[in-house]
Amino acid sequence: MDRNSNVYTFLFAIIMIIIVASGLAFTATTLKPLQAENVRKEKMQNILSTIGVDVSRDEASQLFGDYIKQELALFPDGTVNDKVDAFKLDLSKEVKKDHDKQNYPVYQAEKDGKTYYVIPLYGAGLWDALWGYIALDSDKNTIVGASFDHKSETPGLGAEINQSWFEDQYIGKKIFDKSNEFVSVKAVKGGAKADDMHGVDAISGGTITSDGVSMMVEERLKNYVPYLKNN
Amino acid sequence: MAEENGGLFSKQNRALLIDPLDDNNPITVQVLGICSALAITVQLKPAIVMALAVLFVLVFSNVIVSLLRNLIPNRIRIIVQLLIVASLVIIVDQVLKAYAYDVSKELSVFVGLIITNCIIMGRLEAFAMANGPWKAFLDGVGNAAGYGFILIVVAFFRELLGSGKLMGYEVLGHKAKTVAESTGLYHYGYENNGFMLLSPMALITVGIIIWLQRSKNRKLIEN
Repeated sequence: MDRNSNVYTFLFAIIMIIIVASGLAFTATTLKPLQAENVRKEKMQNILSTIGVDVSRDEASQLFGDYIKQELALFPDGTVNDKVDAFKLDLSKEVKKDHDKQNYPVYQAEKDGKTYYVIPLYGAGLWDALWGYIALDSDKNTIVGASFDHKSETPGLGAEINQSWFEDQYIGKKIFDKSNEFVSVKAVKGGAKADDMHGVDAISGGTITSDGVSMMVEERLKNYVPYLKNN
Repeated sequence: MAEENGGLFSKQNRALLIDPLDDNNPITVQVLGICSALAITVQLKPAIVMALAVLFVLVFSNVIVSLLRNLIPNRIRIIVQLLIVASLVIIVDQVLKAYAYDVSKELSVFVGLIITNCIIMGRLEAFAMANGPWKAFLDGVGNAAGYGFILIVVAFFRELLGSGKLMGYEVLGHKAKTVAESTGLYHYGYENNGFMLLSPMALITVGIIIWLQRSKNRKLIEN
């Protein structure tokens, strides 16, 4: 057949596409369970790391049940919606819903006889999504741990939010002020004052990512205020 | 085919493997693939994984295109090449996500960048379309190695001078809040050069490598 004829070109393209498409579909479906398992374990690992349990991904899935006593999905008014599995909630989809239609997941953890509250976060950075977890002490005010991650922030700049030097700054900060009003914790450009209970140092050269983290923490934690104040 | 030139590793075939390392290096001589050389050389580890990923994609796409070279219709050859490269990149990405999750997180955006790597398209169009699979294989290995070598050298200097680490380990000592508490070089007042982390420094590092290479290898100098 003439290699330059239209018929040949179309035939070649069609056959090629069918082969490639089925090959890729096969690869994707075969590997899907393994990938989902990695994501699930990583979520457990991240949640545990905020309450100071640093374990590998494989250990995380075994230890998760030992530390996390309750996985709750909350209504906007802070009451528990027991029809929803909190762990399976996809925050990236929840945040797109209206405020009063969302489910707000929270994990109650117990470690050394103390209760902690781990709240998942989801927001936007400079290039793409940001997410993370913040663990509150039993006073429901003091942060005991934070873990952030990102899809594609700039390496060396915004991407540093998943490094411990940035995350650890949140430890000991408070989300309510002295008069019990919600103020959140912000990443301050130019550096937070040493005695600022509601600020941490932002990342030089990563201003928009830092602001994204501030916004994410504030926006998400705000929704939990009724729950944190009532219980 | 290999027989035509006598032996799998005839002089001509060896040249395919070795030339791209120096005389015909894709980055420093042909100045291709510069984009990814800037983007992922901030740290050594992603650079190494990137080099391996490019090796896989370039070798396989070169061999596949070479096998199909007499079947591919001329008018859509670029699209067919892209399709093959894109599929291989997706496979790399999926396999990494399933079996090497940490590495895949490290590379996330950069894996997709392989598709746009000019070296791959360049080799497919210039070499694989006109040569047999064995030669295409050698050419792929050679060019990927030439690319990876430069990538790793650049990443070595950028990570070392920019953040004082190699592969994430603090090789120059630990930098604490004050000079007195710091160890290693930092104890004597050494500071990391943050500028090394920014893209322009990758370009300058590549420039220095080109300069060194040409001062040693006179035949590369153009008049």
